Amino acid sequence: MSILRYRRVAFRTALVMLALFACLRSALCVSQVEAAPMDVHSREHREPVSASSTGRATTHRSLADLRIKWPSREQFLRVLMLRDYNTRVVLGGTVLLGAAAGFVGVFLLLRRRSLLGDVVSHASLPGIGVAFITMEAWSPGSGKWLPGLLAGAAVAGMLGVFCTKLILRYSRVKEDAAMAIVLSIFFGFGVALFTVIQNIPTGNSAGLNHFIFGKAASMVAQDVYLIGAAAAVIVAIVGAISKELQLLSFDQRFAATQGFSVFMLDMLLMALTTGVTVIGLQSVGLLLVVAMLIVPAAASRFWTNSLSRMIYIAAGIGAASGALGVLASALFPRLAAGAVIVLTGSAMFAISMFFGTRRGILIRMLTQHRLRHRVGRQHILRACYELLELRFQQDPSSNYQLTEHLVTVRDLLPLRSWTEGRLGRLLDRAERCELLVRVRDGAYRLTRQGADAAQQVVRNHRLWEIFLIEHAEIAPSHVDRDADDIEHLLGSEVVRELEHLLSKQYPDFTVPPSPHKIESSAV
Amino acid sequence: MTRSQAASPLDRDIDIEHPSSAPLSIHDMTVAYHRKPVIWDIDYNAPPGQLVAIIGPNGAGKSTLINAVLNLVPKASGEVRIFGEPYPKQRSRVGYVPQRESVDWDFPVCALDVVVMGMYRKIGWFRPVTRRHRLQAMQSLDRVGMADYARRQISQLSGGQQQRVFLARALAQDADLYLMDEPFAGVDAATERAIVDILRELRSRGKSTLVVHHDLQTVSEYFDHVVLLNMRLIASGPTEEIFTRENLRKTYGGKLALLDQVGHQMTLRESGG
Repeated sequence: MSILRYRRVAFRTALVMLALFACLRSALCVSQVEAAPMDVHSREHREPVSASSTGRATTHRSLADLRIKWPSREQFLRVLMLRDYNTRVVLGGTVLLGAAAGFVGVFLLLRRRSLLGDVVSHASLPGIGVAFITMEAWSPGSGKWLPGLLAGAAVAGMLGVFCTKLILRYSRVKEDAAMAIVLSIFFGFGVALFTVIQNIPTGNSAGLNHFIFGKAASMVAQDVYLIGAAAAVIVAIVGAISKELQLLSFDQRFAATQGFSVFMLDMLLMALTTGVTVIGLQSVGLLLVVAMLIVPAAASRFWTNSLSRMIYIAAGIGAASGALGVLASALFPRLAAGAVIVLTGSAMFAISMFFGTRRGILIRMLTQHRLRHRVGRQHILRACYELLELRFQQDPSSNYQLTEHLVTVRDLLPLRSWTEGRLGRLLDRAERCELLVRVRDGAYRLTRQGADAAQQVVRNHRLWEIFLIEHAEIAPSHVDRDADDIEHLLGSEVVRELEHLLSKQYPDFTVPPSPHKIESSAV
Repeated sequence: MTRSQAASPLDRDIDIEHPSSAPLSIHDMTVAYHRKPVIWDIDYNAPPGQLVAIIGPNGAGKSTLINAVLNLVPKASGEVRIFGEPYPKQRSRVGYVPQRESVDWDFPVCALDVVVMGMYRKIGWFRPVTRRHRLQAMQSLDRVGMADYARRQISQLSGGQQQRVFLARALAQDADLYLMDEPFAGVDAATERAIVDILRELRSRGKSTLVVHHDLQTVSEYFDHVVLLNMRLIASGPTEEIFTRENLRKTYGGKLALLDQVGHQMTLRESGG
């Protein structure tokens, strides 16, 4: 169980690292692309947001040029108040994309098809090329009609998924290999097509490369309407079949026996993935769009154990990273929006991994820490109780009030294998919890609260011991240690069950006698 | 219809008098993985309203038998009828409890959500789960003694509790024939009792149940009928007739002395009782 969990954590981390790497690559490449004179031809109204054209004018760049250029206060306000029409447009598009990606990504992640998202996006490249060539042939100059390009991308993406399925079905090639094969063949074909296209004399091909690395700034209002409509349709479909997708991801075999076609549902999920990929091509680019799908979904799992909440959190993280990415790249025009979006998402993933309230690293460490403290406290209480119990047995004349007898460090020390330092710390902590009061140096007395707690702890311990002896057939000489390992984890339900099981012998609220001899050197 | 070598007279009666009443009838079924047959020429008619154990050594094809009946693995040949009709027409009358290990229990749903899944077919495509469905699912959970754990995330349940959740999901299907794949594997005593109680309750309500079972010690206590399987159908019929040392030896190949012992115990019990 725990191995599986660690593997999953490792897998997620690997995904994030991959995404970071891809970001780095794309950020570098974009600056190269921007430096290339080819890009100067890009259409006027698709110029990037804010005053980036000043940086564009210099064709010659040195390393010193890589310094971050901080935006002025006016620019800052301008961007944050969304005064630019362009910024608003781009922001709207990426937020919608992020939300839709979160919706689909959760199921892609839970269905363990994360990498199929990568296949879809890489396979879409030749689709763009073919669509461009077809449209150019149809009527020269119309090659960059966005709906046409995206349709081509979608068809090619789905084709890629089909090819993976075909390879899996008709050969003994395993899934990961099949995906790698399809992904690289399609992508290679796409790159080849693109070089061909760039040699077509229409001169209209500039900007097609943006689909690889993404260029949010090139979005216009019309594109955002398209993205928005597609995102809305995707979210609506996911909402309508979330029940079926949940069943598919949790228990595919059961889904099949219930008459839900696993093939159909998988294809639907792939179609939705293709949808997100395609509308993400423009802003994030096909290399990074898989991160939009997976990173928010993986991050959201740290915050909740409920699927519906996970979907909303993933959509929120997706939308927020989209918004932050766009704003950051509007402030720092040299940063490619797509890469920043993904980096923001990755940062949110890192935050979730550490601070997630359900399974974040911090909360788990805290739980362990608390458990260790509780175990220490219970050890102290049990040691006190057993010490006093022994004293009562040896001296029947004494009164049986737990709170009226002293326990000293010297008495306690031989009861367990603890060092004096550790015992001292445990006693201090118990005193702070008001379970013990210090009478003088090295001598303590149980408080009322402490006495009750001690009684409860010893009772649980002995019930468990008796259970182990009578029902699990563990030798009385071994039972103390075995009971020790588990008793601190006994929930009240289990105690009730044990009580029920043993109720004939030991009536409620009494501490049964120890089933084994308590030695002063007991472990 | 060809008969298996050791089919009981009870089976035959049912088949002749009510050919369509057998909850499950398997005819001449062979299943192969990658052209390597896993189970061969199975002919079997399940008796109605009885608890049937499917027994055999590891790799005997017990789970494959169930999977093939449910069309989860393709059949190389043969035919399966559920209450006289092909399975796709009778899906709603067949409840299924898969092996516990077949799913990822880290999935972000609670116990109740899993039980509601048993009603997805009834609810249908696109329709949302409503309060009424949840209440019904709650009753199923209650029947397996898990009502207190309804809102608990499934990874926080013990193995036995997870198994009971799966059982509750099958109960929520409200089927007439139940197929269960190793429900007793690795469960605690409380869960074993809960499952046995449910099995008996199902029998008293006239439901038929086939259970892949691995614990030979409890077979005669829990089950009315047995199917002994080792790639082929070795024998099937009422437990007291079929669950014999001789048949067990045929099924397990006599390679295990322990099984021999169990078989011996069984024969002793049979002759004694």
